Amino acid sequence: MKLKSWTNRIVGSLLALPLVPALGHAFTIERGDKDYGMTPHEHYDHVWDVVMEDILVIGVLFSLVCLYIIFTSFRKSKDEVGTQRPLSKQWAMGWLIIPIAVFLADDLYLFAKGMELHNHYRNNIPTEAQEIKVTASLWNWNYNYGSDVETDGELIVPVGKPVLLRMSSDDVLHSHYMRDYRVTEDVMPGRVTYQWFMPDTLSPLVKVTDEDGEVTEQRVGSRVTCREYCGEGHSNMYGVVRVLSQADYDAWWAGEAGLEAPVVEEAAPVVEEAVAAVEEAVAPAAKAAVKTVTGADATAPASE
Amino acid sequence: MSHDSDFDGMGHDPNGIPGQPKTLKEWIFTLDHKVIGIWYLWGAIASFIVAGLAATAMRLELGSVGPTITEDPNLYNLWLTMHGAVMILGFQIPALLGFLANWAVPIMVGGKDMAFPRVNAMSVWLLWSGIILALCNLVIPDPWNGMWTGYPPYSVTDMAGNTALYSWIVIILGMSSVFGAFNLACTVVFMRAKGMGWYQMNMLTMSVFTANIIQLIFVPVLAASVLLLSLDKYLGFGFYNPEVGGDALLYQNLFWFYSHPAVYVILLPFMGLMFDVFATFSRNQIFQYKVAFWSFLAFIPAGADVWVHHAYVAGLPNWLRLLMTFTTLLISLPFGLLMMSMIGTLWKGSVKYTSPMVWAMCAFFMLLIGGLTGIPNALTAIDYGISDSYVIMSHFHYVMAVSGGMAIFASVFYYMPKMSGRMCNEFMGKLSGVGFFIGMNIVMGPLYFAGIEGMPRRYYDYQMFADNATIVGAQHWATIGIYVTFASALLMMITWIHAVFAGEKATQNPWQSESLEFAATAVIPGQGNFPVPLSIHPDWSPYGYGTNPVDSFTYKGK
Repeated sequence: MKLKSWTNRIVGSLLALPLVPALGHAFTIERGDKDYGMTPHEHYDHVWDVVMEDILVIGVLFSLVCLYIIFTSFRKSKDEVGTQRPLSKQWAMGWLIIPIAVFLADDLYLFAKGMELHNHYRNNIPTEAQEIKVTASLWNWNYNYGSDVETDGELIVPVGKPVLLRMSSDDVLHSHYMRDYRVTEDVMPGRVTYQWFMPDTLSPLVKVTDEDGEVTEQRVGSRVTCREYCGEGHSNMYGVVRVLSQADYDAWWAGEAGLEAPVVEEAAPVVEEAVAAVEEAVAPAAKAAVKTVTGADATAPASE
Repeated sequence: MSHDSDFDGMGHDPNGIPGQPKTLKEWIFTLDHKVIGIWYLWGAIASFIVAGLAATAMRLELGSVGPTITEDPNLYNLWLTMHGAVMILGFQIPALLGFLANWAVPIMVGGKDMAFPRVNAMSVWLLWSGIILALCNLVIPDPWNGMWTGYPPYSVTDMAGNTALYSWIVIILGMSSVFGAFNLACTVVFMRAKGMGWYQMNMLTMSVFTANIIQLIFVPVLAASVLLLSLDKYLGFGFYNPEVGGDALLYQNLFWFYSHPAVYVILLPFMGLMFDVFATFSRNQIFQYKVAFWSFLAFIPAGADVWVHHAYVAGLPNWLRLLMTFTTLLISLPFGLLMMSMIGTLWKGSVKYTSPMVWAMCAFFMLLIGGLTGIPNALTAIDYGISDSYVIMSHFHYVMAVSGGMAIFASVFYYMPKMSGRMCNEFMGKLSGVGFFIGMNIVMGPLYFAGIEGMPRRYYDYQMFADNATIVGAQHWATIGIYVTFASALLMMITWIHAVFAGEKATQNPWQSESLEFAATAVIPGQGNFPVPLSIHPDWSPYGYGTNPVDSFTYKGK
């Protein structure tokens, strides 16, 4: 009889198994415009700080206990033995249940924080997001904006508009990572993966000298790197995200799409020298400075 | 309380049973689990030297921006592949489940040998074949450079080199593991001394038992997944080829379905060893023994359903990522309880910091940092910023690679008196341990911050980050750290060689341990382990310092 009741319990649990994916779906939120009050990467930084504080507190507290135990337990004489004895049942249960409760509480707290951020990244893609097709190959990033407009190694987007990347690969696995937007997603043949980001800050303006010695000001983008091992050129497979003002973007777009081209503020794609010039640009101070430049820039006559 | 007198009282000379084999033929054709264990150890140390040199070469290459010691990224990729694959499959798993499990566990449970000595010998020679094949990778014209993970489609292209060699090495080592795991599980279940209950077993025994159950369940999945790679590449099957209906993601699921539990196959035995070292040198019982016992077992189900956290950004469904985030966070429960039990073992203890204890204590703090840095990685959303970066690399070097390695070296210092009959130089042992700890922290600490700055893994060069002072600085520090680590590892090996040839003669129980491998054997235990079969008193415990009954062991026969 006892066996029978146990079998029933096991079979009953197995029947409940389909609930697992069903429960999983319950987590899923459809594409929508939920307002988190911040961009995904600001949200990321917030959660990152929370997690770092969390592990710092646990780590410091636990280490202090460890150090206390270590410094109070040195052997004093040759034949001394430890004096710890098995705990009473009550103490043993306490030392089991209380730590579990503490760990579980912390896990649930972090899970809730992480789930909200996950939903922000994966399930709340703004409906007005501009879609760009990304094709990775050995060792290049190709961005297709529709209407036969394509760029290689350089993603050009207007400021303040969410961008959704639909990505696939021509050959092996790659992974599209944008440092400024804290987002990574693998790119693979045979499947389309996605990621979205909100370019909220214009790329910094940097003086660039091109091959003819002519000095122009360009918006030098932040890094895109490949994060999935793809052989010989893996460490050389990178690109940039250039965030332009809407007016510059329109001008660039018109030029690329063969429309009547207005005056374009920036010329030519990023040349070799530009890479060196990024130096100051990535420093936060420089970024702030550039923000002021951009303020003036928006009203500059260049794009008229 | 010393058990030396037991031997004399029983009329046995402590050195009366034959020790180690004398001739090379006896060494090679041995069926003694301890000698086989030592063969495993030699294999593991050989692998450690090869993989360690590869690591050093990589660090030197990354010491400065641009090509440093080679201009060929493929050579760097070869070092990287060798480092990962050989360290895991050739060093850690054989050292823990080969050397430690073979050498110590049968004695710890009071048995005369493994359950199947001939199968045991086959396991060790399969391992050596695997290691020799892996070394061939350094000299063949098309070396495998697809990383130890071997992700398709890259791994089925000609760029990745010799896929068949990779598949075959993994399958051979997998066979070695499965035979070993089956053998050891049988040993723990059936070869225990008369009267020894489950709660009277060492933590090392329990952890190795758990790890081997994990091996038995999951290794076949790995073998299958790499076999399919070769079928894809050479026979045109398309398991992983989307053009003919396969799926590249299938491999990642199969591979990590084994390889995440494989992390516990490494983690659990070295934690078990640390428990034993902590208990021996604090001459104290394990804090919450039963909780630790069941925490080990809890890793079997808890480790089986978290593999997706290795593929959080690989395009798997969103709900699955969240589900696995939760199951991954739950790992903190058994892990946290084990860490508590471990440090609790020192509580009210009488701790002496000998060289094994220093190594194990350093491993403990590495493990603590590694465990904590694992918490952010468990969150799928945090992974969107740090996946495949140096953050991950630094985390698993702390939690598994370096703490595991240090615990393995602690075990060599710990068992040296029983393996060679001689003691290691204490000062050199402690110095190398502290040096290794400091060196690895100088390597892995700064790299964590380089990872936060966005430095991806597996990069031959970081020219694109030349403007980032954090990344460049971290790489420089890490390269300085490798010199410290290298010197410490060298000192450690010199200490061992010195001990084997010129060390101070060991006594029968140099650490005054209550555990069977020290308390009830000769100075160098020979075949059969104990002079006569043992019976264990029901109140005896390997950790019963000051509480074990006087007649803990009785011997059958005369």
